[in-house]
Amino acid sequence: MNARHKFLIGSGIIVATLLALAYVGFTQSKTYYHTITELSTLQGASLHQRMRVSGNVRAGSIAHVAGRVDFVLTEQGRDLPVSYVGRDPLPDTFKDGAQALVEGKMLPDNHFEAEQVQAKCASKYEAAPVGTPATAQPGQTSMGAGARPSGN
Amino acid sequence: MDILGSFALLLAFLAAVYAVLAGIAGILTRRTLVTKSARNAGMAVFVLVTVAVGCLEYFFFTNDFSIVYVVEHSNRALPGFYKFAALWAGQEGSLLFWSWLLSIYAFLVLFLNRKRHPELMPYVGVVLAGVQTFFLTLNNFVATPFRVLAGPDGAGVMHLAKMSEGHGLTPLLQYPEMVIHPPMLYLGYTGFSVPFAFALAALLGRYPGEKWIHITRRWTMIAWCFQSIGILLGAHWAYAMLGWGGYWAWDPVENASLLPWITGTAFLHSVMMQEKRGMMKVWNVWLVFTTFMLCILGTMLTRSGVVSSVHAFAQSSIGSWFVGFLIITFVVCFAAYWKNRDYLRSDNQLDSLVSRESSFLFNNLILLAACFAVLWGTLFPVLSEWVQGSKISVGAPFFNKVNVPIALFLLLLTGVGPLLAWRKTSFDALKRNFAWPFAGGVLTGIIGFVWGFRDIYSLLCLILGVFVTLTIASEFFRGARVISSRDGTNIFTAMGELTMRNTRRYGGYVIHFGMVLVFIGVAGTPFNKDLQKEMGVGESLRIGPYTVLCQTFDHFDNANYESDRATLEVFKIGKSDMLLFPERRLFHASQVTETMVAIQSSPLRDLYVVYAGRSPESGKPVIHAYLLPLIKWIWFGGIVVVLGTGLALLPNRRTALVLRPATERSWADAIAEATPAIGAAARRVEGHD
Repeated sequence: MNARHKFLIGSGIIVATLLALAYVGFTQSKTYYHTITELSTLQGASLHQRMRVSGNVRAGSIAHVAGRVDFVLTEQGRDLPVSYVGRDPLPDTFKDGAQALVEGKMLPDNHFEAEQVQAKCASKYEAAPVGTPATAQPGQTSMGAGARPSGN
Repeated sequence: MDILGSFALLLAFLAAVYAVLAGIAGILTRRTLVTKSARNAGMAVFVLVTVAVGCLEYFFFTNDFSIVYVVEHSNRALPGFYKFAALWAGQEGSLLFWSWLLSIYAFLVLFLNRKRHPELMPYVGVVLAGVQTFFLTLNNFVATPFRVLAGPDGAGVMHLAKMSEGHGLTPLLQYPEMVIHPPMLYLGYTGFSVPFAFALAALLGRYPGEKWIHITRRWTMIAWCFQSIGILLGAHWAYAMLGWGGYWAWDPVENASLLPWITGTAFLHSVMMQEKRGMMKVWNVWLVFTTFMLCILGTMLTRSGVVSSVHAFAQSSIGSWFVGFLIITFVVCFAAYWKNRDYLRSDNQLDSLVSRESSFLFNNLILLAACFAVLWGTLFPVLSEWVQGSKISVGAPFFNKVNVPIALFLLLLTGVGPLLAWRKTSFDALKRNFAWPFAGGVLTGIIGFVWGFRDIYSLLCLILGVFVTLTIASEFFRGARVISSRDGTNIFTAMGELTMRNTRRYGGYVIHFGMVLVFIGVAGTPFNKDLQKEMGVGESLRIGPYTVLCQTFDHFDNANYESDRATLEVFKIGKSDMLLFPERRLFHASQVTETMVAIQSSPLRDLYVVYAGRSPESGKPVIHAYLLPLIKWIWFGGIVVVLGTGLALLPNRRTALVLRPATERSWADAIAEATPAIGAAARRVEGHD
């Protein structure tokens, strides 16, 4: 068995080990993405998956209760009550009207238990750093009621 | 001015197109004048894009709110530093910035090599101009930075408009570090175009393999260094600003910046195989192609919203342009490879598993495995949606499970590799080289384990870290000892001399040492502690060796923002150590909240305190305190890596044999007298690459 064969065998062992680790890591952390509308159609095993749901925080629904934060996500007219039970403080961008992504599980009472919350600014420019596209489209006017044209 | 800017951009685009076409024509017809004109056009792109950038910056600094981009990212009160940085705050400007940096690299490459490598440079010019053409296409036709405001009047006729004030720069970006991070990362991304251009050019021109590697080595290291700085700055910013106590979340945009770094690292190592043994030619060429394509993929992931991320939720059609460019690039690379693959045949084979070649092969194997794992995990939602219809994403457990063992194995190779000989290492050499470092590592392991350090990965990291440090030290020591005994200097001067004789190798060792520090810093993670508590005046919490006492808390208001702030006194073993002021700010103009984390940092651990909010019942501040061991080692290690790269980039100090009469009596004269046949005097002369 020459060096090349030994190397290939060694590589094989390494790759196999990594694949096994990858598989375990995958099953431990795989998260399905569902819209709120889809949630009502889920049944059986898929209802107990770890999942991510996105929606907008309904204004006035944020309530800090002992040990958790309750709020309501809405999307296309449908509501989802959420309880955030994670340890980390909520992101700065999390507030009324913000677009949020919650990760966790559905509880039997149609309540969502979120372990992680990500939120994005609801206003027209992004809270995200470099590279996010501008909201203005070619040819769009940005004339609000208050802005006035000035002679160029 | 906007017309000037747009016009300059259009001219730049035309110049790039000309550079491609004339470059190809020059190669085919072998007419130097045509090639030269192509080269001049390639260099002119830099001048023209600079004009465009200058125009946009002019608009920022003159508060010209008739330009849409300026309205979106600036306001009158914005400090000058941030007005400048607003250039890259949004899509159009950051793409212009990208083109600008790319044109700087292209200009330098063409200019510095204008009298060298005449068979290779025409091809390089064509490739660089091709890449520039793509980005200038985006700048001119897809994401134009010079759009002006216009609105209809009462009769529906469009008129030019101007706002009196802009929206301002997002507060999250108004932080010096966040402003330096994109330029560094972009310098890395665009910088990898240079080795890509040389590799593709060498393949197309069938240029001798080792020569193109030698030319591009420095460019690759520079790009790699910028990429490293960019990644570390991003991590540090996330740590210091976001308030979750972490610095890496395996977020798609973070991963996008890591992928070319991984393949770039693999490339920097495997080129040594080609230089010394003529092996891995095909592999190297594809590594550098992949690195470049990953850069394009990276910027596409960030901008297109294809994968959801904290960094970018928005959707954009610009992604399809990048996909198109990726496909074209791949086709060109593959065609070039297929046509010239016989030129890439290996000169040698792997002789033994216990050799430096073998360690480089394993190094490349696992780096590629890491790259594949990160790429797969990042793109999984997209792939699963295609195949299964449901979007499945994977989180940190997946990435960590695969990458932590890879990182540890890499650490092992870092220690083992340099000590193995080319081709085959004898058993005696193995014993001699590894005895002390191995013993040191095992001893550290035993001490650590006895001390209660039980997390297996952290323990392994510590053992391997000590092992690698000892191998590096032994390398310096052994080489220096030879020099000091010969020249009679002390060991430290000898180490300096040793390093300057072979900056690449010893600078590389310094970089390795920096990585050891970073790994050890990361290994502190399993020992993180945190707790959250409501703290009124006079109340305290205990975390680790610290007692944190709330002195007072207040609320204040200024023109820019209003803020809730707590004044906390930190005691260590009863003695007052320092005051911390965690804050939570609400910016008036943008209604954005920002957490100002208070960090007390020491080599052993960071005390990280966040003002999490006010308790709704009692009105008392809720304080979230973290104890994060060894974090400082990460940033310090990063600095060492950068310094090591700087060192490795320096030219070697060389000894040269010079034929000239000796002007003063030296030991060489004594020998010459004793043996008159020797007429030359050997003198030390400083030489440069």
